[in-house]
Amino acid sequence: MSEPRLEVKKTSKLFIGGAFPRSESGRSYVVSSAAGEFLCNAAWASRKDVRDAVVAARGAQPRWSTATAYNRGQVLYRVAELLEARRGQFVHEVRAAEGATARSAAAQVDAAIDRWVWYAGWSDKLAQVAGSSNPVAGPYFNFSVPEPTGVIGIVAPTDSALLGLVSVVAPVLAAGNTVVVLADEQRPIPAVSLTEVLATADVPAGVVNLLTGPADELVPVLAAHRDVDGLDLAGAEPVLAAAAEASGATNIKRISRGVAPGHDWRRDPGTARLLRFVETKTVWHPIGS
Amino acid sequence: MALDAGGAAPGTSGFEYAPAPESRAVARIQSSYGLFIGGAFVESIDGGTFKTVSPSSEEVLAEVTAAGPLDVAAAVAAARAAFEGPWGTMPGRERAKYLYRIARLIQERSRELAVVETLDNGKPIRESRDVDVPLAAAHFFYYAGWADKLDHAGFGPSPRALGVAGQVIPWNFPLLMAAWKLAPALATGNTCVLKPAETTPLSALVLADILQQAGLPDGVVNILTGDGTTGAALVAHDGVDKVAFTGSTEVGRRIAESVAGTHKHLTLELGGKAANIVFADAALDQAVEGIVNGIFFNQGHVCCAGSRLLVEESVAATVVAMLKRRLGTLRLGDPMDKNTDIGAINSPEQLGRIVALVDAGENEGAERWSPPCALPEKGWWFPPTVFTDVSPAHRIAREEIFGPVLSVLTFRTPDEAVEKANNTTYGLSAGVWTEKGSRILSMASRLRAGVVWANTFNRFDPASPFGGFKESGFGREGGRQGLGAYLDV
Repeated sequence: MSEPRLEVKKTSKLFIGGAFPRSESGRSYVVSSAAGEFLCNAAWASRKDVRDAVVAARGAQPRWSTATAYNRGQVLYRVAELLEARRGQFVHEVRAAEGATARSAAAQVDAAIDRWVWYAGWSDKLAQVAGSSNPVAGPYFNFSVPEPTGVIGIVAPTDSALLGLVSVVAPVLAAGNTVVVLADEQRPIPAVSLTEVLATADVPAGVVNLLTGPADELVPVLAAHRDVDGLDLAGAEPVLAAAAEASGATNIKRISRGVAPGHDWRRDPGTARLLRFVETKTVWHPIGS
Repeated sequence: MALDAGGAAPGTSGFEYAPAPESRAVARIQSSYGLFIGGAFVESIDGGTFKTVSPSSEEVLAEVTAAGPLDVAAAVAAARAAFEGPWGTMPGRERAKYLYRIARLIQERSRELAVVETLDNGKPIRESRDVDVPLAAAHFFYYAGWADKLDHAGFGPSPRALGVAGQVIPWNFPLLMAAWKLAPALATGNTCVLKPAETTPLSALVLADILQQAGLPDGVVNILTGDGTTGAALVAHDGVDKVAFTGSTEVGRRIAESVAGTHKHLTLELGGKAANIVFADAALDQAVEGIVNGIFFNQGHVCCAGSRLLVEESVAATVVAMLKRRLGTLRLGDPMDKNTDIGAINSPEQLGRIVALVDAGENEGAERWSPPCALPEKGWWFPPTVFTDVSPAHRIAREEIFGPVLSVLTFRTPDEAVEKANNTTYGLSAGVWTEKGSRILSMASRLRAGVVWANTFNRFDPASPFGGFKESGFGREGGRQGLGAYLDV
């Protein structure tokens, strides 16, 4: 018989530039389980944390966007590998966060792992499917390639703490963007644990940055930031999303609008999210005589 | 009309040209026009009228209707009925045949369209004849072929049309922009309400007549003339499912704000401040032609104009000298003259903007130069202008002038060229001049611009996607990618 042992609890932190800071503001908020039990004090990110995260994402942009597609694919596949190894932990956390049954939580975690695999395979196919060579009338080799938009702010879905999150983050990364993600305010723990996977999965520092805190405080800051090139408002409620979209017009942000409540994230994702934050570049290369 | 100042202007060329004006008889411009709604020209319900004026002579060409909010509602309703009626249910192969017809009719009436365009816009007849009109026809011909092949376009099986598209276009390429908007929208099965620019409504009205000749079902395309308030009413209308806009970044921002929180899809093709980068190893004679074509084509009224010349320091003095010599041979004057290179500035408002920015360039310390160039007395004109000693912080190096004004900067290394080229909030286009193919591709991959021209500039093709990075907008026009702007993907 072993002695009774006190569990070692984990402090919930932000993920910025590859490091795990608490909020610079020193604030936190209580996160409870679906059943109402205390789970943790999550970091309550501030306006400054948003800005720091954007700086980190911008800094990581050149390396990630110019990494070979093969390399990006392997890094994303590595995320799936590490997630698989921690499957039990995530099933537990999804259950606690969403009040799901063990079976449903396991299905969601499995789908989330498989989603990383799906998008890992896309990274070196995107240009072949979305690009083209264009038969112009003239002596030019004219071709189009998709390039990453840049730094994308993502408001994670609020109804699916892991699968929903992975479904919006992975395609944006596969296309070569770097991201600042605002986790589901009420259910941030699976997202926070995911950052621990990302940190050890060869995802370069700053490629993914994760903030926890109230959406109505942080989304407007992200939306107004001039160094954010696109916004995925998947989890923003309609009034907040409309204001963010309008604010994003300042620097002509690319906008992906909110997802209707009750969206089934297990559905075949197709290519829509993969293509949402890419820019087509067309090159006219002369053909000599 | 004695507008052929070009005959006196060339200075260094030594050539004198006799006037060679195109006949305007073919234009058949009516004295007044209604709105094209539901397949017919109708009178306005609640709008007014305005006059469209030839920028080269200030002559009133026609009286045109300014559509009011009820007119917008009527046009959207007509488009909706057509979408839910004949057009929405028509097989793609039938839609394709309508588009082919339109392409052919544009070709048949190309001379008329070119003359109308030049009279209304002020651009040289050579450009409207050789660029605008043929490309407009080609655009319809290209997208016609997509209409029955959408299942194979890479957007999944049976991609769906969006519905009613509200399309607002600028005055710099009036007919061509109408084609860029209408052809992909119709090929994908949408119906359209098109709002041409206030100062250049006429070619779209000729196009309406062409659509009638093509037998296009009523309401599939509706054309509302008017000013910005008409465009704003169209963009804001609840019955519009898709908004497509080409114009300034400032207006684009307002449109993006106005569609925020709605169900409307949006694509924007906005301003630019393109770098045209000349390396020392480039074929310099060819590069100088490209610089001229890059910024003086269409009086610089081009969103993708090569308005910032970045020239490698070792050849900068040579290139600027060659450029000045070449500008001395450009002929500015009567746009209807077939020998004219530089036409009129489209409107007094635009002329005012150009003058203000050029004044700012001088005040901020850049060196201004223009060839000796007599400007016609009537109409709105601005001489080709080159600024040297330009710093990247100057307004003329940062803001879109949309006129025949070039800012010259220099660089020493490819890295510096990339950094300077990308140092702008815009990202529509760029040019690279070098004899080295590997350098073309490395520069192209590092430039944050939607179109990169190598050893050419301002070249367009319906198969070639066009559109911006950053604050130059989003969405593409042209090519397979252009279909995506009008499909629910």
